[in-house]
Amino acid sequence: MKTRISIPATAKKGDILNIKTLASHPMHSGFRRDAIGALVPRDIINRFRCEYQGQLVFEAKFGPGTAANPFLSFHLRADERGNVVFIWIDQQGERTEELRFLDIVDDEY
Amino acid sequence: MRSAAASLLIVIIANFLLPAASATVPLTNTLSASASASASASASASAPVASRAQSGYHFQSSDTQSLQDDDFKNPGMLWVDTGRQYFNDATGSKNKACASCHKKLASSVATTFPKMNQHLGAVVNLTTQIQHCRSQHQQAEPIDYESETALALTAYLANHARGQRADHHVLAPPATLKQSVEDGGRYFNQRRGQLNLSCHNCHQDSVGKMLRGDLISQGQSNGYPIYRLEWQSLGSLHRRFRACDIGVRAQPQALGSDTYINLEAYLKQRGAGLLIETPAVRR
Repeated sequence: MKTRISIPATAKKGDILNIKTLASHPMHSGFRRDAIGALVPRDIINRFRCEYQGQLVFEAKFGPGTAANPFLSFHLRADERGNVVFIWIDQQGERTEELRFLDIVDDEY
Repeated sequence: MRSAAASLLIVIIANFLLPAASATVPLTNTLSASASASASASASASAPVASRAQSGYHFQSSDTQSLQDDDFKNPGMLWVDTGRQYFNDATGSKNKACASCHKKLASSVATTFPKMNQHLGAVVNLTTQIQHCRSQHQQAEPIDYESETALALTAYLANHARGQRADHHVLAPPATLKQSVEDGGRYFNQRRGQLNLSCHNCHQDSVGKMLRGDLISQGQSNGYPIYRLEWQSLGSLHRRFRACDIGVRAQPQALGSDTYINLEAYLKQRGAGLLIETPAVRR
């Protein structure tokens, strides 16, 4: 699964960051039919988690009604320098993980 | 009595049609800032068919437009990313990447298609050229026209030319392409299918009218491959052609067929002045 993540590499302490993620996934609802009329089995991402410094900061649950290539936008307050981990979990329990390092710079700059 | 009922019915139908008519977009719509450069450019070059080419972008809702405008939100960029990867990954028994031969990738390369491939002795479009490179020069597994690989590579190369005019070589087509453009024009104007409609009937005569919930566009090709919300995926221009042909209940042609490549060449000429938008988002 291919993903895109938009998060700044550096931030000032206390900044509110807008984070955007996009995942390439067909999100088959289980109700659609293919060209010869057979049901396409359900195949969706169930959950998304975002962890910052080992703590869960954002979580989303998807249902079969979610459109293909789900896009998410959420906010995060920059506290300490550390890793931001993005985790997508599909219905088979398969995890796709991405990691971004967030650096905190001083106000002076 | 009967005629009164009939006329009442006509009134009802007329009322039903009215809101649709009032919802039409005025054709004098100004092009957005991003495309205004193309408008002035097309004024100097004499566009042969469409008097004023308008991208399909202007027939979308503001939500769909914003999806296209934001490179991050635009789901089509997923394919552009993968395409960049495919372009640089060595593959096939010759272990060559596209980039091995095409070291200096001209940004305008996508604008030069369709064109005559002397080696093949046929007019090719970007995707069929990629297919040819893949199987002949890289000696790799042939790829299907609508495969993820072909779509990604096409999207990557077309995205490379984003903002450029799509048509410079078809305005005055070289002798080798002239026939192709003419044949494409014939297909465009030819009525076909059980509904007996030509492309022209909708995309020239009825532009701006409603077709059920949809606003009829000019049928321009400058955004392809597009991310179509109905498909929930990226799709090629030829897939769109097939969808239209099936829509008028005509026999759809094969993806990458000569008929569709000719139509593609004609559409480029018809859309003179438009800028490449790949990957465009359409409903």
